[in-house]
Amino acid sequence: MRIGVVTFPGSLDDRDAQRAIRLAGAEPVALWHGEHDLHGVDALVLPGGFSYGDYLRAGAIASLSPIMAEVIDAANGGMPVLGICNGFQMLTEAHLLEGGLIRNEAGRFICRDQQLRIENSTSDWTTGFTANQEITIPLKNGEGSFMASSETLERLEGEGRIVARYIGVNPNGSLGDIAGVTNARGNVVGLMPHPEHAVEAGFGPDTAQAMSSGVDGLTFFTSVIARALVNA
Amino acid sequence: MSVIVVEVMPKAELLDPQGKAVARALGRLGQTQFSAVRVGKRFEITVDGPADAAALAAVTELADSVLSNSVIEDVVGIHVVESVAAAAAVN
Repeated sequence: MRIGVVTFPGSLDDRDAQRAIRLAGAEPVALWHGEHDLHGVDALVLPGGFSYGDYLRAGAIASLSPIMAEVIDAANGGMPVLGICNGFQMLTEAHLLEGGLIRNEAGRFICRDQQLRIENSTSDWTTGFTANQEITIPLKNGEGSFMASSETLERLEGEGRIVARYIGVNPNGSLGDIAGVTNARGNVVGLMPHPEHAVEAGFGPDTAQAMSSGVDGLTFFTSVIARALVNA
Repeated sequence: MSVIVVEVMPKAELLDPQGKAVARALGRLGQTQFSAVRVGKRFEITVDGPADAAALAAVTELADSVLSNSVIEDVVGIHVVESVAAAAAVN
C-alpha cells in the first residue's frame, strides 16, 4: 500500500508521518502542495505543522493549495484521509470535516502526552482499536479547541462520529472533550493529537512498563493498511 | 483605486483567548474600567478601478468563503473607502 504525505510550506511533521507509515508496513510517498498530482497513492496524510505560519486562520491558506482540489476529490470518492493537527485544521477549512478549531482556552501552547479514548473503531483509520480503547499519544498545539454549532455537535455525537475524546484532562477547551472526528463515510479523520510521534519504542510516550515505550499511534496507520487489504 | 474593507470577528458566543489576554494586560496597567476585549481582523482589499457592485459582490462572496470561517467567525462589516491612506485617516 502507498500512502501519500502532503508537504505544505510550514509543515513540520511530514517526515515523521512518512516514518510512521514505513514502520506500519506501507510505502510513504512524498507529495507537494503545489502540484495537481496524488501520484496514484491509496491513502493520504495531511501532516502537522504551521502551514503559512497560521496566517488568516490555521490551515486556511493550505486548504486552498493546488493539491487540495485532488485531495477533496479523492476524499469524496472514498480514499482514506487522515489530517493530524494542522492537517485536521485544513480538513475543516476544506469542509471535508465539520466544526472548526480555535485558540486553546488557556491561551497557551500545549505540549504533553495525552490520554484519549477511541470512541469510533469503525473509521478507516481506527479499525485496529477495540471499542473505547484508551491510548496515550503526544499532543502539541496552540489552536486545538474544537468548536461546532450545537446542531452539528448533536449530529456528530448521534452518528458516532467522535473518533477520539480527551480523558483525564481537557487540554484546550474542546467542546465535548473532542480530540478527533470523522466524516459520515468514515474515510476522512481529523485528529488534534499526533499518532505519528508514538510509533516506535524508545521514542514514544512513557508507559507503565518502560520510559518512552508507547506505540499507541501506530494502530492508526496499521488500521488503514488492514482496511486496504480487506478491500483488495 | 478604491479599497474595500472587510471586518471579521470571532463569534460572540465563542471564547476569545486572545482578547482575554489583552483584557488582563489592560487590567495590569490599571485600566480597570474596561471589562472585556475581543480581537478581530480587518482586511483592506485594493481594487483596480472602481469599487462597483461587481467588485463588492465578489468581495462579499470571498468574505464568507475565504476571509472568514462561519463555524468560528462572523463577517461584521464590509465598506468602501477611497484609498488605503483614507482608510487609515478614517480611524
